Amino acid sequence: MPVGDLASKTIHELRHMIQAGTVSPPEIVDDLLARIDRLNDSRRIHAYLAVDPERIRRQAADLPASARAGQLYGIPITVKANICVAGEETSCASRILEGFRPPYDATVIERLRRAGAVLIPNANMDEFAFGSSTENSAFGVTRNPRAQDDRVPGGSSGGSAAAVASNMAIAALGSDTGGSIRQPASFCGVLGLKPTYGRVSRYGLVAFASSLDQIGPLAKDAEDAAMLLNVIAGHDERDSTSAPVEVPDYVAALRRPLKDVTIGLPEIPSEGLDQHVRAAVDGAIEVFRTLGVKTVPVELPNIDKAIATYYIIATAEASSNLARYDGVKYGFRAASGGSLTDMYLDTRTQGFGAEAKRRILLGTYVLSQGYYEAYYLKGMKVRTLIKQDFDDAFTACHIVLMPTAPTPAFRLKEKLDDPLQMYLSDIYTISANLAGIPALSVPCGAGPDGLPIGMQLLAAPFQESLLFQAAHAYEQATDWPSRRRNWRSGNAG
Amino acid sequence: MSYEPVIGLEVHLQLSTSTKLFCGCLAKYGAAPNSQTCPVCLGLPGVLPVLNERVMEWGIRVALAVDCQIAQTMKFDRKQYFYPDLPKNYQISQYDRPLAQRGHLDIVADHAPKRIGITRIHLEEDAGKLLHEASQTESYVDFNRTGVPLLEIVSEPDLRSPEEAYQYLIELKAIIEYLAVSTCNMEEGSLRCDTNVSLRRPGASQFGAKVEVKNLNSFKAVKQALAYEIQRQAVALDQGQRIRQETRLWDARALRTEPMRSKEGAADYRYFPEPDLVPFVIDRALIARMKATLPELPAERRRRYQDAYQLSAYDAQVLTQHAALGELFEGALRCGAPPKPAANWIMGDYLAHLNAKNREPESEKLRPEWLAHLIQLVDDGTISGKMAKDLFVQTLERGEDPRRLVEEGGLKQIVDAAALEPIADEVLRKNQRSVEDYLKGKTTAFTHLMGQAMKLSKGKANPQQMAALLKRKLEQVPS
Repeated sequence: MPVGDLASKTIHELRHMIQAGTVSPPEIVDDLLARIDRLNDSRRIHAYLAVDPERIRRQAADLPASARAGQLYGIPITVKANICVAGEETSCASRILEGFRPPYDATVIERLRRAGAVLIPNANMDEFAFGSSTENSAFGVTRNPRAQDDRVPGGSSGGSAAAVASNMAIAALGSDTGGSIRQPASFCGVLGLKPTYGRVSRYGLVAFASSLDQIGPLAKDAEDAAMLLNVIAGHDERDSTSAPVEVPDYVAALRRPLKDVTIGLPEIPSEGLDQHVRAAVDGAIEVFRTLGVKTVPVELPNIDKAIATYYIIATAEASSNLARYDGVKYGFRAASGGSLTDMYLDTRTQGFGAEAKRRILLGTYVLSQGYYEAYYLKGMKVRTLIKQDFDDAFTACHIVLMPTAPTPAFRLKEKLDDPLQMYLSDIYTISANLAGIPALSVPCGAGPDGLPIGMQLLAAPFQESLLFQAAHAYEQATDWPSRRRNWRSGNAG
Repeated sequence: MSYEPVIGLEVHLQLSTSTKLFCGCLAKYGAAPNSQTCPVCLGLPGVLPVLNERVMEWGIRVALAVDCQIAQTMKFDRKQYFYPDLPKNYQISQYDRPLAQRGHLDIVADHAPKRIGITRIHLEEDAGKLLHEASQTESYVDFNRTGVPLLEIVSEPDLRSPEEAYQYLIELKAIIEYLAVSTCNMEEGSLRCDTNVSLRRPGASQFGAKVEVKNLNSFKAVKQALAYEIQRQAVALDQGQRIRQETRLWDARALRTEPMRSKEGAADYRYFPEPDLVPFVIDRALIARMKATLPELPAERRRRYQDAYQLSAYDAQVLTQHAALGELFEGALRCGAPPKPAANWIMGDYLAHLNAKNREPESEKLRPEWLAHLIQLVDDGTISGKMAKDLFVQTLERGEDPRRLVEEGGLKQIVDAAALEPIADEVLRKNQRSVEDYLKGKTTAFTHLMGQAMKLSKGKANPQQMAALLKRKLEQVPS
């Protein structure tokens, strides 16, 4: 088998091969590591912050017999650098957590291990998930493997998306607070799901904004995403916000015919919407119509307030969640001879990057006495209105469809000095986090330069099955695998 | 000029649940530093709090005992400030939707009953402890206390004197002890108290500027600090000064309050709802269950003691101040002791013993039946009242039934005439001079003879019998 052949497979393909005995977990890992070795250089894609081939090989070699029955037996799963893996560096791409190795596994990691997965930790990201381009990583950018020139993979789960897109990963976990799974999935031409808030345990996910964060899969097709969600979803006693809602078999739901499904098409803010994105999404809508899906217009009257609302609530929570990084207990401590206050100031000044500082300041401001009511409290009220908008929309349709991002991947440094422009790239994804609903980004085309474009499917809480079903039907209708292979170009060589 | 003090108290109570508020770590006092910690209470990246429901139940019990309204829904908030003993640099507390509000507690101060309002009761996590003694150049942090459940009980500014504040604390502590939800130990910090005090002209409706006093390590300190503060503020007002709203610390050695080193600007804790914990709807059935299982509380018990045992209000008050005293009292009664002597023994010799040894009634292992036996030994004349006092001390010190001590040590009174005779004879033979004095009419000489007789019997002679015997023998002496 040529090098990279196994690495290019999906979870379900590899699972069949393992079950048939034609390939072993160590062989898969070796192939993947060879691919990583070739492409992960910091001058090339750089999807991983660090890779320890020995530890990964040992995992594959030491898989317990009890894991054989697991749904992901022998399948390598890439993990974003903000999800705690016991004993592995979990830096969140921040200097302040450089060298931090948690003594415990996140709940999703426990579940992956139990399912027999081999963990590939340390996918690059924006520092603490603050960003939409992975340029805010303290340890170097990730490049979009689909682009001919130097373009961002999106963010903050840019490393996870780029790894899946470049076959340096079979599938990956990311985290999504305002679009951090879906926007990079769209930029890199892979699937990315932000599950319903409470569907997946957050225990062990280093918090950015607790009321918005969710862990979710990035995958090569809908079936893989469904397989991963099958494993990681479910109630967790260690996370009070995880929902005691039964987990259906998402894979079994996949092949249900897309009958009697209505898709709602909202009017969305079109300022800055790229014409190729619009065309690709319109094309996808046509595909659904040919599948017999009805479309109806829906209204989301408050969606234009989503970004402002988001940057109040998310930064408020972030400013509080990041207070613990103070040099006292773990991670980075500045060499500071002065007082306790000096130690705090020096540690945080040197340990956090510019975007982290910007958000801590913003969040501290909106929670301050005299501003709380005007910002945070008002933000919470608008959040309720946005949630209400979706509740209303879902009385008229099953799925809402809109672009994932207003543009395809932009150039490195293009928006780095303009935070507001950067924030606008999440304009279509943020509402799902505010409303707590599931949203899936599905590749639906490419611009003239071959850059992938994604559409976003949103559903009512806990209706992930419906999203997978729609994505799968779309894949079947559009000769999906051959298209996926056509994209293998650019930085991925 | 005369002023009316306006006082409010904030009591922090460590609940003695076996585990912490938001994780499964043990919450025991006195363990080796950082031996009772886990990723959750250490605030490691990615961890989440989960409410220990036992804490909520105990909080509800306290709230019900002081007649508070329990919230339909309570929520937690983050109180944010940087300090090394606070691993997350925020404390999970309750801000605008606490566990309970609007209760009251009845006290008696200066012989008058008074109702003191309770504003609110809320749950929060305790912080760790900084250790500065180990090194000249470094400080260490012990996170064992981090996450130990605290109940904050805030009174209305209804208290008008240091004595009222003192009585409020005594009564609150008694209630907590009856509920057995905290050790209430100020030295170990399981009960902490801050106070707010301001002065105003009598009859004024507005409050004066309030001063918060902290670092109060005993109820006595609360009383002293309030008295000091009231005096200090009165003098300042008399001199035409304005009282600055500030926080002051009580210096228990110098017996005065000092301004706390003020931080730049007022503290802004940036409270906001804790997103990691969803609001809790408090089940009405749970409240009903807690209410049904509340023990008898001090006020009820006081009434019962007065009604059922005809004790005075004062006796009832003393006996109910500690749950353990009442239990001892009633236990002794169940073993047959009559109420008044049982009460007297407890309030007299027993409390004196506890005070002398600086012990709490809970830590003493006096069994109620021992007290009943002691009273019975006196009643049936086995021992004298004086012997009983010694025997009581021995009972406490040796932790043994006084009946057994009497039998073992031959402490039993000598009532047998045959055994008393030789003692009396010996005393008369050896004290010829006193005998003569007595016969000459000097009655005090008899006291001496009696004393000698008791001494010779090692205190065991029944005094009435011995006196009668000596008198009979003296009458027979030929003059």
